[in-house]
Amino acid sequence: MKRFAKVLVFFAGLLLAWQLVVLAKFWSPVLVPSPLSVGRYLWEAANDGTLAGAILVTLKRLALGSVVGLLAGLPLGLLTARFQVMKDTLGLMALGLQALPSVCWVPLALLWFGQTEAAMFFVVVMGTLWSVIIATDNGVRNVPPIYARAARTMGSRGLHTWLQVMLPAALPFVVAGMKQGWAFAWRSLMAAEIYVTILSGFGLGHLLHYGRELNAMDQVIGIMLVLLAIGLLADKVLFSPWERFLHRRWGTA
Amino acid sequence: MTLPTEFQNEAPSKLSVQSVTKRFRSRKGDVHALDRVSLDVNEGEFVCLVGPSGCGKSTLLNIVAGLESADEGRVWCDGVPVTAPGRERMMMFQESALFPWLDALHNVLFGLRLKPGLKSAERREIADFYLRLVGLEKFRRSFVHELSGGMKQRVALARALAPNPRVLLMDEPFAALDALTREQLYGDLQQIWQERRKTILFVTHNVREACCLGDRVLLFSPHPGRIRAEFKIDLPRPREINSVELARHATAVTAELKRTAHTGTPAREEASV
Repeated sequence: MKRFAKVLVFFAGLLLAWQLVVLAKFWSPVLVPSPLSVGRYLWEAANDGTLAGAILVTLKRLALGSVVGLLAGLPLGLLTARFQVMKDTLGLMALGLQALPSVCWVPLALLWFGQTEAAMFFVVVMGTLWSVIIATDNGVRNVPPIYARAARTMGSRGLHTWLQVMLPAALPFVVAGMKQGWAFAWRSLMAAEIYVTILSGFGLGHLLHYGRELNAMDQVIGIMLVLLAIGLLADKVLFSPWERFLHRRWGTA
Repeated sequence: MTLPTEFQNEAPSKLSVQSVTKRFRSRKGDVHALDRVSLDVNEGEFVCLVGPSGCGKSTLLNIVAGLESADEGRVWCDGVPVTAPGRERMMMFQESALFPWLDALHNVLFGLRLKPGLKSAERREIADFYLRLVGLEKFRRSFVHELSGGMKQRVALARALAPNPRVLLMDEPFAALDALTREQLYGDLQQIWQERRKTILFVTHNVREACCLGDRVLLFSPHPGRIRAEFKIDLPRPREINSVELARHATAVTAELKRTAHTGTPAREEASV
């Protein structure tokens, strides 16, 4: 409880400092809106449904792209871990493409797919796929060899060993890769939404973009706060508990 | 295969190692891990291999298990040459090597699932039987990280016994445990061995442990790995690790161990395998 109070004091202080800066009229209120006006924007956007709609559109794109990236990345990562030739070719490619900021896929996706959902989907998949491949490969290579040996003495061979032993043993690393892939996909999706207007759905990035167009700083900051909250939630609710649980049970941390 | 035959004590098997040689290549040059090692293990016999670390005893165990292959020589199990791991030879390691994503019961079931001809209910019954045998029936649903070191090795023992192998290969299974737990397991292992009639090849660097468990103790010396001496331990069972009789045998083995260590080639650093 004491810990919670400290956190509360910190953020209340931050809010207060913000309000004080606004009251000091240091900068124009157009550039630095008060916390209250940002709150008012969020309240209105929440009530007229634009916020919920945008969150839904964005998260749907994110979820679809991440899941496909994961489903494609897992088997490819297993392949690079199993076959040296795959590691030398596909693995190298994945390493290179993972280092490429995923925003860089946006121009290409636009030319290939136009202003469509497909472009969004493509960018998110490219953001996720490579880090999942690398994490799976890394995870499998970090599996203690004793697991595979024990499995062999019990009669496990080939595909059975890979699916029943190597893959579950690598799970903590795979989840870490998913987390990283999610983070990359999230960043690239925001970039894509800000750059590209797609009529099939207004995402959070679009709201951010139109905030700028309309000079509505309360909207810009409000949406940024929403993005921040989504990122925090994903980490605290989706990934961290999983990761902690796996590392504890697997004895890898 | 039916359930009664599954629980039956099959005749334990006879092992024969014939002139096995193994070399490892390392950056510091070749390491002669095993040099024409031969040994025979009778049906139902409990044989311990003792020696300093790096003397090749674990390598020999791996070759008998079929996890590694010999450069020269052969291992026979019941007159059949060993070329790969087989269900009739189960292995236990120093680390439990249990799978942390499975609970105790499903760790034991892992090997049983790979054994053809068993129905799901039968597998369950067998797994429960062996968990009971090692005294862990209450922990069948516990996960590996919830078990103590001794309990982990008990589950590993149950897992190795469950497919009803005729040979049990044990690679320093108790080395990482505290003394009290270890002593308890000495008693349990002797009892299970007599009840379930297995041929056991047991690797350790603990001389007392070897004398407590083995019908015979084979002394290994390193560089190259060879069997230097053989001791028959004809004490009644179950044996108590702290008994004076046992200490006398252990002293004799230790004296021989020290003698070979001094007269043998100078110890080199062990090559990682």
